Amino acid sequence: MRKCNRCHKQATLHITEILGEDQFEEHHLCEQCAHEYLYESPMGKKSPSPATTDDDEETAELNTRECPHCGLRLIDFRKSTRLGCPHDYEVFAEELNPLLENLHGETRHCGKTPRRLPQARQQQSELARLRRQLQSAVLQEAYEEAARIRDQIRQLEGL
Amino acid sequence: MNLDALTSTTGEWLRGTGPESDIVISTRIRLARNLASFPFTHRATPQQRAEIESLLRDRITRLDLPHPLRYVSVAALAPLDRQLLVERQLISRELANGEGPRGVAFDDREAVSIMVNEEDQLRLQVMRSGLALEQAWHEIDHLDDLLEAKVCYAWHEQYGYLTACPTNVGTGLRASVMLHLPAIGLTRQFEKVLRSLQKINLVVRGLYGEGSRASGDFFQVSNQITLGRSETTVLSELQGVVSKILSYERNARAALMAEKRMELQDRVSRALGALQHATMMTSDETMELLSSVRLGINLGLLDDISMDAVNELFVQTQPSHLQKLVGGPLDGEERNAARARYLRTRLRHTA
Repeated sequence: MRKCNRCHKQATLHITEILGEDQFEEHHLCEQCAHEYLYESPMGKKSPSPATTDDDEETAELNTRECPHCGLRLIDFRKSTRLGCPHDYEVFAEELNPLLENLHGETRHCGKTPRRLPQARQQQSELARLRRQLQSAVLQEAYEEAARIRDQIRQLEGL
Repeated sequence: MNLDALTSTTGEWLRGTGPESDIVISTRIRLARNLASFPFTHRATPQQRAEIESLLRDRITRLDLPHPLRYVSVAALAPLDRQLLVERQLISRELANGEGPRGVAFDDREAVSIMVNEEDQLRLQVMRSGLALEQAWHEIDHLDDLLEAKVCYAWHEQYGYLTACPTNVGTGLRASVMLHLPAIGLTRQFEKVLRSLQKINLVVRGLYGEGSRASGDFFQVSNQITLGRSETTVLSELQGVVSKILSYERNARAALMAEKRMELQDRVSRALGALQHATMMTSDETMELLSSVRLGINLGLLDDISMDAVNELFVQTQPSHLQKLVGGPLDGEERNAARARYLRTRLRHTA
């Protein structure tokens, strides 16, 4: 069961704040916190907590840590609520687990699994490796090499 | 690509048939999937997006399906055509208003649609008329298997199917049931329903409702949890909640018929009268009036008008459909006049 964003009671009200075109913010609150949220002044909604300098530094460091695959930083995720690539789930696992717990009440998948899993996983990492090679070949303007890698990728994707 | 032919028909989900179709309009299941070797859509470069689109387009159009899919490049469509696909629920607003290479594949029944380069690279969707969660699940599960044999999905041992937004990770499944609950609305029992539904996320929105406004007593119930609960568990929970709401609505209808039949008859007759005679009609008012007419048909209070016709009008009075049907762009006021004219013509021959 989803917990309240502000305390540890069960969240019973789910509020979507419309911030603008296609932009919104979700709040999951228990009845009491929802009451406070709804009737507090708009200024109070984002009451800045007087954080210590240490906390700020820690947060800053956390926010700037980057995914080596897609370059996403935690702060980007906080802004857009979208992750950058499949690897982010590993890279930011520590930060994501509490969020997932809050959203779903669980952190472990249960249900359908891809049928051709073992083969697919090998292929996934091979494809990812080739794509990185391709990118650096293009950057170095090694076009013959790039074409060769591209063919390999196509062949793998073609199954 | 000419989509004009779509306007004169409705898709499978609005046929108005299927189990519990007096209350349940449609059942929809979607699966979110991504490719293992690319960044998620919003972080992919334009070149990567083009690559993803051409790869998926190729795989999708080669699927061996009883109802073949045709692929439409959404980027190449005029805004009015994009809106038309939104009104038919074949694509999301997000895909319509998005940028870059993106598209949708759908079949002639409009029962299956696959969006490419939405928030997730693949959004598979199956629509059914009436309450048909199990049937829809079997169809989409099979479709997913077929696709999975041709592409490499982003998958994680612990987290399941990986999605751009953590709210969808795990099964990537969102099942929604669109309900028509006019009697609950009339008897002001909606809060009671809400209270009994705390377990599940109830998304209240119109059958269309411009923006997020719900109009015409249409409500959509859907699951929110995608991680840690299997597809079958989620679907059976949803089924349970929907059954409860169906009984509230049926009880409310029976009570109205027993205690306020005259009032109800007056309401539905007036609604039909307004639709047949008004000269200006907004989208919201149309939804509300058609909602009353729909209730009247279901309760046997109106008999000269078919459910099919009403269902068609729900779609055809939407802005893009209307502009296609009258053959030109219309601004707000002209549109309201054209809508009223269209309704008068369509409903002229009924009592």
